[in-house]
Amino acid sequence: MASLELTVNGDRLGLEIDVRTTLLDLLREHLDLTGSKKGCDHGQCGACTVLIDGRRAKACLVLAITLDGAEVTTIEGLADNGQLHALQAAFIEHDAFQCGYCTPGQICSAVGMLAEARAGLPSYVTEDLLAAPDPADEHEIRERMSGNLCRCAAYVNIVAAIAEVASGAIAEDAE
Amino acid sequence: MRPFSYERAADVSGAISSAAMPGAMFLAGGTNLVDLMKLEVARPDKLIDISRLPLSQIEELPGGGLRVGATVRNSDLAAHEAVRRGYPVLAQALLAGASGQIRNVATIGGNLLQRSRCPYFQDVSKPCNKRRPGSGCPARDGEHRNLAIFGHSKHCVATHPSDMAVALAALEAGVDVVGAGGSRTLPIGELYRLPGEDPELDTTVEPGELITAVQLDRQASGARSAYRKVRERASFAFALVSVAAIVRTEEGVVRDARIALGGVAHGPWRALLAEEALRDQPSTEDTFNHAAEAELAEALPLRDNGFKVTLARNAISRTLSEVCA
Ligand SMILES: Cc1cc2nc3c(=O)[nH]c(=O)nc-3n(C[C@H](O)[C@H](O)[C@H](O)COP(=O)(O)OP(=O)(O)OC[C@H]3O[C@@H](n4cnc5c(N)ncnc54)[C@H](O)[C@@H]3O)c2cc1C
Ligand code: SF4
Ligand code: FES
Ligand code: FES
Repeated sequence: MASLELTVNGDRLGLEIDVRTTLLDLLREHLDLTGSKKGCDHGQCGACTVLIDGRRAKACLVLAITLDGAEVTTIEGLADNGQLHALQAAFIEHDAFQCGYCTPGQICSAVGMLAEARAGLPSYVTEDLLAAPDPADEHEIRERMSGNLCRCAAYVNIVAAIAEVASGAIAEDAE
Repeated sequence: MRPFSYERAADVSGAISSAAMPGAMFLAGGTNLVDLMKLEVARPDKLIDISRLPLSQIEELPGGGLRVGATVRNSDLAAHEAVRRGYPVLAQALLAGASGQIRNVATIGGNLLQRSRCPYFQDVSKPCNKRRPGSGCPARDGEHRNLAIFGHSKHCVATHPSDMAVALAALEAGVDVVGAGGSRTLPIGELYRLPGEDPELDTTVEPGELITAVQLDRQASGARSAYRKVRERASFAFALVSVAAIVRTEEGVVRDARIALGGVAHGPWRALLAEEALRDQPSTEDTFNHAAEAELAEALPLRDNGFKVTLARNAISRTLSEVCA
């Protein structure tokens, strides 16, 4: 066992864990935050995506012990005082899911992805590596979100929901 | 996952002395190692977490060129202005790899030393010379659709999965390595090795040695480059074949070309025959096709991966056309 200090959704926690525990298992099994899903446990599906110090990551591939001092945000931490995050609202409005299993990972990934695109980070489909990419461009969204699979293939609506938020059509006061 | 002890390295010398213990492994982003530990392909007794070592700087060198610390995250390197401007082939190759979430965590050192995606290597119930030397290579006569067409041996036909390394091979990067015996800089062409009789060794980095940085020389002015990756779906898949090409032409004549292929060999495959066939030739489709043919004439496809020969040939010609357009 080893001790770990971690801030999860704003709560500062002191934890004693087995060093083999992944962040995903810590969230789901120890902290009862079951919003982050385990699809593959091998980095291949994106269902476990969370934000670590504001950057999106796959919680199943990160050993929790390596995160001492970090801040983690999960799907449970995105809403602000009961008001949904703009991406959560857009997913509902666009019916961007069927079974919902991939949805928490999709939404956390989209939050991180939009921050990356707005900061000007290029993607593999960005034509001009030196120009600012358009975060609302459909090709950009599809490429940047390719680490999140949806077994129900709700992709069309997922892209539409993200594009709407990216284009600024929905205010993002929940961020 | 098997039990192991964990320690966070405070400095490079501490990391190296801790690594002297047999069974110790460095943990950087963990995106490959944690996966392999779950599969029990990797069974370290001790993990030395190097992710917080002061190796996360990207420095522009006085004479041009760049020094990239080993723990720089893949996405940060791709986003760096000096890389986008001076080494676009590297930015593209990084962005072609894995997914946004993985690139945010994966480091440069870990990317270089990630292990093969051969399905038998990842399955401990199967024999595999790379995982268990001497146990045999079931891929040779089994599932090898995505394995090597160049440089394989009867002991192993695996490919190296890194996209970034392919761009670094074309850029002729240097890799700084530090161990108990001192430090050295390896040309990337000497980092990766062919499987030969000992496929358990992916690279010439010895156990306990730490990669500290990757060095890039200043590129010749006027050189143009591109990275093209061919895969089974549009994104988030390993390469079937990839091409990194850097070409300098003068008045319609190719002066220098550096081409490396991914997905075809035990490490990035430098296409020296294609490079030779391009030198001092007019920059035309015919020249590009001829160069691609020259390289692929030496390919040794396995029973089920002959399609990669065609794919690689076409990918080389198209990439050259794009770069020289
Ligand atoms: C689903 C999935 C898809 C992927 N797709 C792609 C792809 O398309 N293209 C691609 O290129 N990659 C792909 N990857 C692989 C990914 O790029 C690697 O997992 C990553 O780059 C490894 O970096 P890391 O820092 O996480 O390494 P770790 O997992 O921490 O380490 C990997 C290995 O390197 C050693 N190591 C790490 N740093 C050092 C150092 N500085 N010195 C000495 N040894 C060191 C470790 O001991 C370990 O053996 C994919 C991965 C996943 C999970
Ligand atoms: S190709 Fe190499 S990695 Fe794959 S089974 Fe054969 S020895 Fe193992
Ligand atoms: S559960 Fe982490 S990527 Fe699938
Ligand atoms: S909604 Fe079912 S997996 Fe995406």
